[in-house]
Amino acid sequence: MRFAILVNAGPYQHQASDTAWHFTRAALDRGHEILRVFFYHDGANNANRLAVPPQDERDVGARWSRLAAERGLDLVVCVAAGQRRGILDAAERDRHRKDADVLAPGFRIAGLGLLAEAAILADRLVTFGE
Amino acid sequence: MTAAVRKRFLYLMRQPPHGSIFAQEGLETVLIGAAFEQAVSVLFLDDGVFVLKRGQAPEAAGLKDFARGFRALPDYEVEHVYVEDRSLAERGLTAADLIMEVEVVTPERAGELIGGHDVVLAF
Repeated sequence: MRFAILVNAGPYQHQASDTAWHFTRAALDRGHEILRVFFYHDGANNANRLAVPPQDERDVGARWSRLAAERGLDLVVCVAAGQRRGILDAAERDRHRKDADVLAPGFRIAGLGLLAEAAILADRLVTFGE
Repeated sequence: MTAAVRKRFLYLMRQPPHGSIFAQEGLETVLIGAAFEQAVSVLFLDDGVFVLKRGQAPEAAGLKDFARGFRALPDYEVEHVYVEDRSLAERGLTAADLIMEVEVVTPERAGELIGGHDVVLAF
């Protein structure tokens, strides 16, 4: 089956992002396809590469980056949701004349159209968080 | 790239308008879905019915009056704007209290709508 994943919650405050990660990994292990993981609302905060969780805790953002590198996932952060929360890549940093970019490896920034497209092309859209 | 596929999208608006950003960012998603020429409908239920309530003044709290954007839904060829009647009644509201024309539906009909769409996005 082709899944599209929507992550609406940020890291740590809620379990939703953890559950989305476990679901994504389990689906891939079972031979399913993950068409895209789309990060919306506070889900954009999963893509902040500057998070420094305590060493004896899971690193939610880095875990997504690692899964993307290992399995070739398409991790997309909504541009508008990211802008509101300071989740910028180098291009967004320059465009808005900011002094830093924080987008973690393996993520990219794009418009909400990619959520609509993923929902259209996937067999199932599965939402995590509210 | 996706024009050949036309799916039926239902957006559920369940959250009140100003306590979180869900309703505001949810509206942005509705408009994008419509722009992709999908069959788009919106269903307001639970505290989401407050989004359409008349007489709000969010500017007084320094917040944007984004709910006006929902009145533009017909311009985006959104097919149906549904509101669940029990959610209205539980909050002392009727369709006359809302900022736009809506189709009022029973909880049973709301359940059929959720089951009858290809994609359900909840905010």
